[in-house]
This record gives sequence, C-alpha cells and structure tokens, in this order.
Amino acid sequence: MSPAAIAFSPRRIAALVLRYWYLLRSSWARLTELIYWPAVQMLMWGFLQTYLSQQTSTFARAGGVLVGAVLLWDILFRGQLGFSVSFLEEMYARNLGNLMISPLRASEFIVALMIMSIVRLAIGMVPVTLLAIAFFGFNLWALGLALAAFFLNLMLTAWAVGILVSGLVLRNGLGAETFAWSIMFLFLPLTCVYYPVAVLPPWLQGFAWGLPPTYVFEGMRALLMAHTFRADLMIQALVLNAGWFAAAIAAFLALLASARRNGSLMQTGE
Amino acid sequence: MDALSQPAVRADRLAKVYKTSTAVAGISFSLARGSITGLLGGNGAGKTTTIAMLMGLVTPTSGSMRVLGAEMPRERYHVLQRMNFESPYVEMPMRLTVRQNLRVFGMLYGVPHLPERIAAIAADLDLTELLDRPTGKLSAGQKTRVALAKALINTPELLLLDEPTASLDPDTADWIRSHLERYRDRHGATMLIASHNMAEVERLCDRVIFMKRGRIEDDDTPARLRERYRRDTLEEVFLDVARGRDEQEAAR
Repeated sequence: MSPAAIAFSPRRIAALVLRYWYLLRSSWARLTELIYWPAVQMLMWGFLQTYLSQQTSTFARAGGVLVGAVLLWDILFRGQLGFSVSFLEEMYARNLGNLMISPLRASEFIVALMIMSIVRLAIGMVPVTLLAIAFFGFNLWALGLALAAFFLNLMLTAWAVGILVSGLVLRNGLGAETFAWSIMFLFLPLTCVYYPVAVLPPWLQGFAWGLPPTYVFEGMRALLMAHTFRADLMIQALVLNAGWFAAAIAAFLALLASARRNGSLMQTGE
Repeated sequence: MDALSQPAVRADRLAKVYKTSTAVAGISFSLARGSITGLLGGNGAGKTTTIAMLMGLVTPTSGSMRVLGAEMPRERYHVLQRMNFESPYVEMPMRLTVRQNLRVFGMLYGVPHLPERIAAIAADLDLTELLDRPTGKLSAGQKTRVALAKALINTPELLLLDEPTASLDPDTADWIRSHLERYRDRHGATMLIASHNMAEVERLCDRVIFMKRGRIEDDDTPARLRERYRRDTLEEVFLDVARGRDEQEAAR
C-alpha cells in the first residue's frame, strides 16, 4: 500500500461534501428551512429596532446594532447547526457504519462537515443579509474586513461546538441529539449578543470573557456605535478559539475511541 | 513467507468484553486467501462483533488480529481500501440515487475510472435501469443489490457479509449467491459470511466456523461437519451445536 493511499485525502473530503450536497438539493424542504428561520429572526429584531429607535435617542444613534447582532448570532448558531445537522443526517440514514468502515479518516470527516456548515450557512444567510439591506438599510457586507474577522471567529466557535456535539452523539447515540439543537442557546445570554458584557453581574462576566463570541459581539458594538474596529478583541477571540477548537478535536477523538470500545458504532440508533 | 501466501485474516485469542457481558471470548482462527468461510451461531453468539472487530468498528478488549497483513485496528487505514462490508442492517442513504451513492462510495474508496466502474458494476448486478432512481424507492431485493454494488465498488480482496440474503425471496437470494461465487472465482477474494441460512452456507462456503456464547464451538468443512455429527444437513448440525448435542438427543 502506498503512503498516498493512507494519507489525508481531498478526494474523500469531496466525496462526503458531494454526499451532503446531493441530499440538500434533493429536498426543497431542507433548502427552505435554511432561509426561513434566519429571515424570520432578522425581520422581527429589525422591526423592533425600528420601533425602539423612534422612541429613544440611544437606539436612534446605534443604528443597526440589533440587526447586526442577530445576523452575527445566526452565523454562530447556524454555523454550528450546519455542522451538526450534516452529521445527524448520517445517524438518521443509518449510514455511519458504512462511513466508519471506509478509508475515511476522522479528520477528513470533520473537514467535510466544516465545509458543509459554510455551504448551508451561505444558502441561508446571503439572502437574509440582502433582506436586511432592503428592509432596514443595514448592510452587513459594508463591515468589510471587520466582517471577515467576526466571521472567522464565530465559525471557529461554531465548529468547535459542532465537533463536540458530534462526538457526544457518536458516543451516546441519537439520545444525545438534543445537544445539537440546544447547546448553542447557552451562549445566547452568556456571550452578550444583544447587550454589553458590563450588564452581566461581575461574577458572570468572567465566564462571558471565556467565550470567544463575546469578543465578537463587543467588537461589533464598538464598530457600529463608536465606529472603532477593536483588533485587540479579535486577536483575543482567535487565541481562545484556538484553545476551544483543539479541545473539541481532542474530545471528539476520545469519544470516537470510546464509541469503538463500547460498540456504539454498531448501533447508531437511540 | 510472501504476502500472498499469508492468510487474509488471522485472529489470535480475540476477545471483546462489555461492562456486563462477554461478546467474544478469546477466539483464534485464520482465513486462507480466496476462501469463503461461513460464520454461524445463534443470536448473541458473537458473529457480528467478530466481523465488527475485523473492520475496526469495535476495539477488541484483548488479543490480536492481522487483516491483509495489517495489524488491526492500529493499521486500519492501510487496508480499509482493500476490504468492504455488506449487511441489510446497515442502510445506504435513501434520498440519494443509486448512481450518486456509488459515486460517493467510489470516491471514498479511491476507485479509479469511477464512471466506467459504476457502469460495469451496474451491468453486473442488473442495476443499469435503476441507476438514476432514489435508493429509498427500490424494493428490498433491489436495495440488497445496491448494497452489494457498494460493497464491491472497490473490488475488495476481503469481503465481509452479514446475512447478505436476509429477507429476500428465494429467486433473488439465489441470484445474489451466484454473483458472490462468480466474484470469488474471478477475483480470488476472501469472504467471511455471517448467516442463519444453512442452505446458503452449504452452497457458498468451503468452511464453517460455529460460534456459541462468544466461543468457537466447531470449525470444519460443511461435508466433514455433517459426517462428524452424523447429520444429513448443516441445519441439523447447527441445532446440535446451538442447543448442545445431549439436549438434542434428550428432546428426541
């Protein structure tokens, strides 16, 4: 066997991405769902912001903060969901056994799921950002390089959480599926999506600063309200994300090894 | 000893112990290259766990095994490309068409000239007309043929089969058995078949390994087993082994 046959393979990653792409395009319901919830969320928060800006001068000055927050939150939430749902599709299809006995490596599986999370996010979010321009005059794309820094940090966290959740489902079966849908909501109050970290009680602020997205949402408010790009916050988020991502990979590999030991890969149901 | 003269599979005191039960209790066996071996036993005998360990899906508690020359599970990525598995209990993605499924698995296994390979295997397994239909909309027999096409897409040297003809009508089951025989003759592949269908095992297998409660109870050719147990069919031998011969005699 040549070393090339056992090395990390872009072809195997492409195979898995193709598998999810075939699945996605075979179902209009799956495609619609990708756009539906982000659009509903953005419209609701957008109209609320319009109302509040008519009532108080603070909100009038902070144009786009709520819409910006909801769009960035959706990148975080949908990014994780895009990763986890693709993984869950294998469990629903009872196809995990076929993949696990193939030459596909865990690292290739993870990279394919990361790519699919971006694909699913793009399908859902690009139309919603255009709606935000049309309805509320808020152009997320105008954030330019700052948006790239926000996106990178949010996706790294989304992937780290997605990897951890996939490991839990791999080890514990579909009984652990609920984590895929709910775990990110713990981040909603703690990462201060819609309010500054200073609002939290002092003891909770320590937790908040341990979560990389907190830096992104603080950075977004600094950009939209004070017109300042806080590169320091982005670098701190990146450092934290590196730790989170490495920990998630280690946890996934440990959970996969545990699944092989206890035979969970043979029964991928509940 | 060169690689080809070594057995395709060699298991040495292979054991799998879960928290509350012993699935496989230290079995040793080897499979000669090009042989077809039946792995028989009642439910819970340890057949599926044994196959899962050979594929690297389950980590053994103790013992060792070499598959196509590689130490499993440590060197699994050296050989997974050269083996495959089929079972009606592991499904193919239902929403994908047959062609899409074969394309995905062909890419996963690094199959060269994939479109030609898919066309050839579809012709072999009488799937050409079904290639662009969703896998989930096929009959049980058609799905089994698709699963077999996936299992053969990489022309495996070692093919592991878990009840390959379960719930198929006699005609389709016979067709599948004929195909497996032809595949072995053409490619010299080694096969290990877990089955409850004794007629299938008698027809296909050069050798039978009987398992009971995680142990190997007997291991021989179907003819010698019939002779030794003084039975007319392998099914009667199976009952002797599964229930214990003395109990069988008492029941008479």
